Amino acid sequence: MEHYNMNLSLKIWRQKDAKAKGGFETYQVRDISSEMSFLEMIDVLNEDLIREGKDPIAFDHDCREGICGSCSMYINGKPHGPWKATTVCQLHMRAFKDGETVVVEPWRANAFPVVKDLVVDRSAFDRIIQAGGYISVNTGNAVDGNAIPIDKDKADKSFAAAACIACGACVAACKNSSAMLFVSAKVSHLALLPQGEPERKTRVINMVTQMDKEGFGSCTNIGACEATCPKEIRLTNIARLNAEYLSASLTIDKEN
Amino acid sequence: MLDAKIPEGRLEQIWPDYKGHCKLVNPANKRKMEIIIIGTGLAGASAAASLGELGYKVKAFCYQDSPRRAHSIAAQGGINAAKNYQNDGDSVFRLFYDTIKGGDYRAREANVHRLAEVSADIIDQCVAQGVPFAREYGGLLSNRSFGGTQVQRTFYAAGQTGQQLLIGAYQALERQIALGNVKMYNRHEMLELVTIDGKAKGIIARNLVSGELERHSGYAVLLCSGGYGNVFYLSTNAMGSNVTAAWKTHKKGAFFANPCYTQIHPTCIPVSGEHQSKLTLMSESLRNDGRIWVPKKQNDTRKASEIPEDERDYYLERRYPAFGNLVPRDVASRAAKERCDAGYGVGTSRQAVYLDYGNAIQRYGQIEAGKKGLASASNDQIISMGKEVVKEKYGNLFDMYEKITGENPYEIPMRIYPAVHYTMGGIWVDYELQTTVPGLYSLGEANFSDHGANRLGASALMQGLADGYFVIPYTIGNFLADEIRNPPTSVDHPAFIAAQKDVEDRINRLMNIKGKTSVESFHKRLGKIMWDKCGMARNARGLQEAITEIRQLKEEFWSDVRIPGVVNEMNFELDKAGRVADFIELGELMCIDALQREESCGGHFREEHQTEEGEALRDDENFMYVAAWEYNGDHNWNLHKEELKYEVVKPTARSYK
Repeated sequence: MEHYNMNLSLKIWRQKDAKAKGGFETYQVRDISSEMSFLEMIDVLNEDLIREGKDPIAFDHDCREGICGSCSMYINGKPHGPWKATTVCQLHMRAFKDGETVVVEPWRANAFPVVKDLVVDRSAFDRIIQAGGYISVNTGNAVDGNAIPIDKDKADKSFAAAACIACGACVAACKNSSAMLFVSAKVSHLALLPQGEPERKTRVINMVTQMDKEGFGSCTNIGACEATCPKEIRLTNIARLNAEYLSASLTIDKEN
Repeated sequence: MLDAKIPEGRLEQIWPDYKGHCKLVNPANKRKMEIIIIGTGLAGASAAASLGELGYKVKAFCYQDSPRRAHSIAAQGGINAAKNYQNDGDSVFRLFYDTIKGGDYRAREANVHRLAEVSADIIDQCVAQGVPFAREYGGLLSNRSFGGTQVQRTFYAAGQTGQQLLIGAYQALERQIALGNVKMYNRHEMLELVTIDGKAKGIIARNLVSGELERHSGYAVLLCSGGYGNVFYLSTNAMGSNVTAAWKTHKKGAFFANPCYTQIHPTCIPVSGEHQSKLTLMSESLRNDGRIWVPKKQNDTRKASEIPEDERDYYLERRYPAFGNLVPRDVASRAAKERCDAGYGVGTSRQAVYLDYGNAIQRYGQIEAGKKGLASASNDQIISMGKEVVKEKYGNLFDMYEKITGENPYEIPMRIYPAVHYTMGGIWVDYELQTTVPGLYSLGEANFSDHGANRLGASALMQGLADGYFVIPYTIGNFLADEIRNPPTSVDHPAFIAAQKDVEDRINRLMNIKGKTSVESFHKRLGKIMWDKCGMARNARGLQEAITEIRQLKEEFWSDVRIPGVVNEMNFELDKAGRVADFIELGELMCIDALQREESCGGHFREEHQTEEGEALRDDENFMYVAAWEYNGDHNWNLHKEELKYEVVKPTARSYK
């Protein structure tokens, strides 16, 4: 791969804390290598800011391998930036050209309030999982792992849904700030497995109820979530969620 | 001599007997007892969930915004278990034996045997939770090989096994949160251990959003805070992975064991420049099918594709014919370093070797052609079918490689180089996972217990979950049963007030330095000292130099670090400063430990101690012990030894030839 260096103009959202009014600030960065990751470029900028006695830009990041789901930047109007199926930490600077202006914002959604600069509060996702995103099995209660064979196709689909990293890009991409892709991935992961069967109906109803309570919007089948998902969680999961929800609503014993 | 309190008895009876005789806490009493858990990776999340299920009141802390983001999530390859589903001769004993041998005879027999015993239960538990492991067409679980073993006992979920296992544990944890048994503290960092009369009674934690300090008391504290590989600055650890919680307990009396045992993983993406902030692992599972080679000619600048087959040196297959590309990590890493140091490295930095899938693609393509009855398939068709198979097995890893390097690994061999990945050393624990501070336990990578001087692939996930799901629920009861008569500790106790004052003073001292140099640049300098002098190969002179340099670095840090912002806000630079300050102190201890261990074993390679062929040379006569260090003030540690007794396995020179 040919390496090159670039100078960029960055417009970055700055916000002191949850209550403060935020705004864009413009920064120049020089001699950025095309080999750097996007976050390493922000590291360079932050080192400059610290040297100048200014506050560095706060952003969430941890594994920098695209799997922990911490990073959450809205770059040039797209969650996680221009590359398909890529988190910000895996986005590399060869995606940009010398002299470009790059706009960086936090996730925008009522259910994800800004904490500081580019950091948002995604605890709503944890609460949705608490509402039912699990299989109730205490430690030590399990039967042999091979006691229940699982159709490979279903196991593969379940795994594909379980690959969700809960970064929230789907919500950030959606004009309604809907969390349907996230919720449907968890519902699908568990509904496709025989182990998930006993709680299948209550799970979907409770998770959807919690999702609504958290203030996420409705799904209007735009598909921006699927297009932006770094783990390529498929829209078919939302179809499955709708089917699961409808079937559960019609058949669940409401007296209980 | 330190006593690990291993119960008497035949090795395979120790754990069943322990479980049959340990003390229990009745359900009504469990409800009154609070347990503090630091970290929510595999060890912490599984412990929090299991103890919550048992009825204890649990408080769990993590520095991330959600417990699901702990770095266990990044483990790729798999988890070992002695299920013998493949009928290839696996057993509890064989997993035990492989782990002891893989650890170069520096791990405790009783702990490792227990680990092998519970390994099968872990798989069952995870399947029941809905962990979508890879399966065969018949619907049964699939296995693959990993380094250092000759059986297929590794369970996996593509290249995302850690993610799937952690989500399983996380969901179990969230369920307990919903039930009110666990209270979760996200974005919190433990900054001090509170001890009263020598017992662990609570912690001081900092809320990383508001900057406020909080006091939390409990009957026991479980340290599940992971490893300390980030002392090297560049590692495969997450950016936030740190030693701070463990280091605070060390300074409050918990011994630190074998700090010099560091695992350098052979297959990572090489460093590309000064800007590098972390390194990315390419799963060991790639060594199942990939072949590692360098050119036979020194300083060969030709492209990989221009180097004919007979001018390639498959050095692992040449040196270790029995295990070939599947030798353990320490052996593979040193062999790569040896080739590169001798001038055979590839890529622009010459600090890399090839991991080549050309052969595997061809082989899988031919199998596919055979399956489909395409006897006359062209080479292009075979290669294209082969690529499909490789894609299904390793697709996500290949994609990741391409994103980072911009090169297509289906077409040209990957370039790899060893990188710091895991730390076998950690807080010393006895058989019950209790540290030298009563009431303080350590689980998972944070402790030192099961991997000796080198960890085998797919064993970290196994250990984290074994400790959390199946060991601590028993051993903690044995301690708490005697604590029932003591009332809960008030956070207004003078010990809490004093501990909080210590933390405040330290933070204020850091903030008031107002120097010129960023935290990051100190961390980078520490990492360079550690990698150059306490990395893949160590020698006495280098280690002595490193100790002097680290002491100087510490002085500079405490007089010149610049931390912007204020204390009572979200301040990532302040968080990082505290962590780097602790890494600097740990770095010194690692060098001291490496210096005293006048032998080579596993990940610890002392250049003075090697065979003529360059293999590690152990000294069982003098060093068959765990080095457990007691903190005794600034730059000052006392060495305590725990003798390692091998009653079942007879230590021999480890050979993978």
